[in-house]
Amino acid sequence: MRAPDDTPKSRTGDVLLSVEDVSLAFGGVKAINGVSFDIRQGEIRAIIGPNGAGKTSMLNVINGFYHPQQGRITFKGRTRAKMRPYEAAAGGIARTFQNVALFRGMSALDNIMAGRTLKMKRSMFWHLLRFGPAMREEVEHRHFVEEIIDFLKIQEIRRTPVGRLPYGLQKRVELGRALAMEPELLLLDEPMAGMNLEEKEDMSRFILDVNDYYGTTIALIEHDMGVVMDLSDRVVVLDHGLKIADGTPAEVMKNQAVIDAYLGVSH
Amino acid sequence: MANSAAARADTFPKLLLRNARDFGTRPAMRHKDLGIWQSWTWAETNEIVRAYAVGLSRLGLKRGETIAIIGANRPKLYWSILAAQSLGAIPVPVYADAVAEELAFVLAHAEARFAAVEDQEQIDKIHSVQDRLPKLEWMLYDEPRGLRDYDHNRLRAMEDLIGEGRKALADDARLGEWLDNEIAVTKGSDPSIILYTSGTTGASKGVVLSGERSIAAATDTVKFDHLDENDVALAYLPLAWVGDHYLNFAQGLVAGFCMACPENADTAMADLREIGPSFYFAPPRTLEGLLTRVMIRMEDASALKRKIFHYFIGVARQYGERILNGEKVPLTGRILYAIGNVLIYGPLKNVLGFSRVRVAYTAGEAIGPDLFAFYRSIGLNLKQLYGQTEAFLYVTCQPDGAIHSDTVGPAAPHVDIRIADNGEVLFKSPGMFTGYFKDAAKTAEVMTPDGYVKTGDAGFFDDKTGQLKIIDRAKDVGKLKDGTLFAPKYIENKLKFFPNIREAVAYGDGRDFVTVMLNIDLTAVGSWAERNNVVYGSYQELAGHPQVYDMLQKNVAEVNRSLAADKMMRGAQIKRFLILHKELDADDGEVTRTQKVRRGFVAERYAPLINALYDGSHEADISTEVTFEDGRKGTLSARVKIRDMQIESPPAMEKAA
Repeated sequence: MRAPDDTPKSRTGDVLLSVEDVSLAFGGVKAINGVSFDIRQGEIRAIIGPNGAGKTSMLNVINGFYHPQQGRITFKGRTRAKMRPYEAAAGGIARTFQNVALFRGMSALDNIMAGRTLKMKRSMFWHLLRFGPAMREEVEHRHFVEEIIDFLKIQEIRRTPVGRLPYGLQKRVELGRALAMEPELLLLDEPMAGMNLEEKEDMSRFILDVNDYYGTTIALIEHDMGVVMDLSDRVVVLDHGLKIADGTPAEVMKNQAVIDAYLGVSH
Repeated sequence: MANSAAARADTFPKLLLRNARDFGTRPAMRHKDLGIWQSWTWAETNEIVRAYAVGLSRLGLKRGETIAIIGANRPKLYWSILAAQSLGAIPVPVYADAVAEELAFVLAHAEARFAAVEDQEQIDKIHSVQDRLPKLEWMLYDEPRGLRDYDHNRLRAMEDLIGEGRKALADDARLGEWLDNEIAVTKGSDPSIILYTSGTTGASKGVVLSGERSIAAATDTVKFDHLDENDVALAYLPLAWVGDHYLNFAQGLVAGFCMACPENADTAMADLREIGPSFYFAPPRTLEGLLTRVMIRMEDASALKRKIFHYFIGVARQYGERILNGEKVPLTGRILYAIGNVLIYGPLKNVLGFSRVRVAYTAGEAIGPDLFAFYRSIGLNLKQLYGQTEAFLYVTCQPDGAIHSDTVGPAAPHVDIRIADNGEVLFKSPGMFTGYFKDAAKTAEVMTPDGYVKTGDAGFFDDKTGQLKIIDRAKDVGKLKDGTLFAPKYIENKLKFFPNIREAVAYGDGRDFVTVMLNIDLTAVGSWAERNNVVYGSYQELAGHPQVYDMLQKNVAEVNRSLAADKMMRGAQIKRFLILHKELDADDGEVTRTQKVRRGFVAERYAPLINALYDGSHEADISTEVTFEDGRKGTLSARVKIRDMQIESPPAMEKAA
């Protein structure tokens, strides 16, 4: 685990990831159309927009699940056109999903442990033996996972199969699994969807804490404007695959194009 | 021998020294952290507390000053208590879930200059009321998370303070002698701690307890229950509550046993199972919750398992208690019980974490006889005690072999009990308080001229058992218009024994008949709804559901039948009832932090409902202000239905009492 830096967080770091002129089409449908924006080190960047604006597609492009037909993505100074999801994961990009994607039959602990897989050095053979260096490694990872469990305050469900948990807690476990990867960039796809007010408040606090404590850069998709205003440093707004605004939450909220997009003015 | 040494040590820091010497390598404290149980021996605890005390003293904490202790049961908070006491300062624990308002009251009243708190949540709460706390200078925290960007001019980590103290002690040998002297000059008659009452009746009062009296009381009960350094207790009840401070902290120090702190409040049940305590305390509400959960889980078990379970629970009901009491039981009964023990009771106790419990107590309010009998029948040595903060807990307690569900036992060792003319219970006890903090008038009010303390509870000594029976708060016992005795608690307790009913509030004093307001138990009724395909969107909707009303009506009818069988209470049957649209909540002031209903306050708050209960209408509108967990307020409106009940006639053949 990266030690929390002692200096107060400087809000704007260098550019961590930049998306340049990216377009993505499924057959004739243009999901993303020539979008450019960047994500700076240490910030919380929100991607908002009406349904079908291309937000989730954008996340999928960033973590290499979709390959854009056009455009460049630069992550940590390395530019590439294509990247596979596991390369993205190994490079420090972790994500959660709009619909929770956990191993439902496994406990919360095991799900989060699964997030450590990439960090395991010993082979599966060693781990099957549960002996010597493999055992030591397992204990180290377990310690890390326990810190995440403590961080997210989910001790009481450590041993509970996640399929039995309420939705809000499943979301939290999923965040835990993403954190287990020690990501530099964390992509959250609608982390508050379907939550009640209290769960939203909890989740907001965890997101801020992750950003503050681990210094993780976060890009999140969110519909709740209150949440976006409170959490994010900068917001990019998509509509029908086009970028229509980019700036601080206050700027974006005043933007006429954004207001039109949300109120449904005909184009 | 522990007890003779304890008699010499008249403050808790002196006891700590003794324990470090006599039981140095025995565990004193355990805490589950990052999934692993961490342990500290008495010697280690002593070393930490000394370092901590030096750290506190360097920060400026002086003899006679108060230090607030706010948070869950965590080793560092218990050490804060001991470290402060080592300097002759007075710890003032505050309930961790107290809202900012209550916190402000206690801290201001206690004039605390220091506050030792668990985490950011508590610090935020203090910050929100700090303009009312001009005396507060330093806040010490255990959990650093989220506090990095806070202004550290008034904030210190306990960990750092302990580290500094440790270094100072190592650098300067005279500092250790100085601390020894500080501990030695603290007198047993000095205030040891101030416990604020939960305030069943109005604003909370600071109960001042002295070291020598606290230790005298704890020494008596440790002997009474044969506790020693091999025992283990789980400290899971609020740290600011007299029960935790007495049963775990004081008894732990006197007997030298180990106190285990759960990982957090939500894991207490799992931690209980892992620790397997030998001394256990649970308020009736917790025992009720446990039983409800067991029963709900049994509903989901396979038919065969259900059958076996219910059969052997029947066996236990028949023989279990008699076996536990050492009475004569036929051989077949013993054999059946032994089989049941292997198949059901043993595993059940294991799941509940009761396998190693030698002594268990319950107190706080009356316990349903069936509930009490259930736990005793499966072999848990559950006993009752009666006490209060002013007594430093024990007034009465039941000795092994003389257990009754409707009495609370004879006077505890060295306790003197008297019943006043109005039925109020008065006591004089070894642990009794020295007074209310900064409130001589209130102190005088509760003391009789000859030094007895008025409990405010009505009770009498049962002819049959010779044990004390508490019927209700003295001021709550009333009469219906026709003169029938009306003891609301008595009726409420009968109702609350049904798993579907979480809370009941009965009214009738000075009225024509008795009415009740009920709270459903969301766990039990929710599970029932799931099984019966009853759809609901909120607590409010479920509470107002006609089928839920039908179900609870049956429960109320059953209570009426049982009241009809009782000559004294026959006239006080429930004529009308309603189900409240929201849970009675401590944040709204409707129940105390120890979950006791504040009847008067509830009556005021729900006046329109009570009027409707008595004016014959079948519906009433109510709108109440509610406080959310973060302190914000909102309004909740509802239309509540009212149902009429049949008055039951006494059973045709009255059984001989």
